[in-house]
Amino acid sequence: MSLITAEGISLKYATNTVLKDVSLTINKGEIVTVIGPNGSGKSTLLRALLGAIQPASGRIMRKPDLRIGYVPQRLMIEANMPLTVRRFLSLPKRHSASEIAEMLARVGVSGLETSQLTQLSGGQFQRVLLARALLGKPEILMLDEPTQGLDQPGIAGFYQLLETVRREIGCAVLLVSHDLHVVMSTSDRVICLNGHICCEGTPHVVSEAPEYRALFGDGTHGTMALYQHAHNDHCDHEHNNEGQTHAG
Amino acid sequence: MLDDFLIRAMLAGVGLSLATGPLGAFVVWRRMAYFGDATAHAAILGVALALGASLPLYLGILIVAFAMALVVSVLAGRGHAMDTTLGVLAHSALALGLVTVSFVSGVRVDLSAFLFGDILAVSRMDLLVIWGGGLLVLAGLVWRWSPLLTATLSEDLATASGLNPKREQLLLTLALAVVVAMSIKVVGALLIVAMLIIPAAAARGLSKTPEAMAILAVLIGIAASIGGLFASLQWDTPAGPSIVMAASAVFTITAVMNK
Repeated sequence: MSLITAEGISLKYATNTVLKDVSLTINKGEIVTVIGPNGSGKSTLLRALLGAIQPASGRIMRKPDLRIGYVPQRLMIEANMPLTVRRFLSLPKRHSASEIAEMLARVGVSGLETSQLTQLSGGQFQRVLLARALLGKPEILMLDEPTQGLDQPGIAGFYQLLETVRREIGCAVLLVSHDLHVVMSTSDRVICLNGHICCEGTPHVVSEAPEYRALFGDGTHGTMALYQHAHNDHCDHEHNNEGQTHAG
Repeated sequence: MLDDFLIRAMLAGVGLSLATGPLGAFVVWRRMAYFGDATAHAAILGVALALGASLPLYLGILIVAFAMALVVSVLAGRGHAMDTTLGVLAHSALALGLVTVSFVSGVRVDLSAFLFGDILAVSRMDLLVIWGGGLLVLAGLVWRWSPLLTATLSEDLATASGLNPKREQLLLTLALAVVVAMSIKVVGALLIVAMLIIPAAAARGLSKTPEAMAILAVLIGIAASIGGLFASLQWDTPAGPSIVMAASAVFTITAVMNK
């Protein structure tokens, strides 16, 4: 069943076309990663899919009352707004103290309930954002470069956590990243974006695609291995796969 | 009891604070100070409109303040570098209002009452408007509290949660116009924003949650109203500015306490 479908959408900022003729479908339980260089329109696409901006043309269909768990790239907290983690996790819907404690433990930051949001470290903050997204029992998690500003162990830890919780709740995942080496090894599909969809397929197919190499160069093989090795224990996806590529 | 002008003045201050506390918190969180200024200054134009068209005073102010708030709200949504435009609007609205009032013939208007308020001259009818408006704004903010907070934190987060941030923004815009209309007789067009910002800012340092900050802002607003009124009686100073000064004093104390 499809959760979100975009049909031939174009997105504009003022008169600048950021994306054109993008079509994609995200199905229930599917893990899709969107990669592309800075300025390729990834974040814009994500914001359009969640409904924050309207496409200039084409259309977006969401399953009625789709529960979206959104983890933004960063969240500026106005210094004049006092906000504890507990209160933040209950916005906009209230959750019980035990639900909150349980979720914080699940994402590895137990006991932060009474901390002010502005006092958290980068890694804690991202986990709290993830906790808030998960508390809404999402059918799809949408993450916009959720590890920006974290160090290597922080990044690896965050994605391991993401894979674990996603296995447990089985929601779909739409992840935006600027780098193929943080693509989840379990991605069903990778979409390579640069103003339009350059190519798509399994992580392996995309990394071999000429369109991808033209964008990112050949040197990414090593870095990509870095992440996939971290998950060798269950990294058994096929290497003779059937992804398709579109001419750029 | 309501025959006593001092009791009426105090009740006016309390009624106003019920609305300015929580609304002021949003003005601080959303950095809407200029937005508030533009709306408040437009109130003078509303006075001119009401006098010229023989409308009830409050209605004239409400219409013009809401129109101004809408314009500013649309402009502010266009980009971040709106500071200058908002400043131009705020002061132009004030100047235009003052000029327009001078054209309204026949009536001698005591402008200073509208610019600085005249809380000691508040009538029973005014009290009704102030408490009606105050409770209305308070009820609206309480009703939409969580969605408003979420939208203030991040429009994208709010959208992802199935909310409409534009609608929440509209509610704040409307609330601001109501507060401007009801407070013009209390503190006047020039000091309305002070009553929004100062109690909320004073409450900030003492609060751990948004709710605590809003409630504390109400209490500080009430304390400043009553304290300012007594100071005004004691030293024969203008009431509106004295109330604002009392609020500033609380702000200074909490700021020092937090150092």
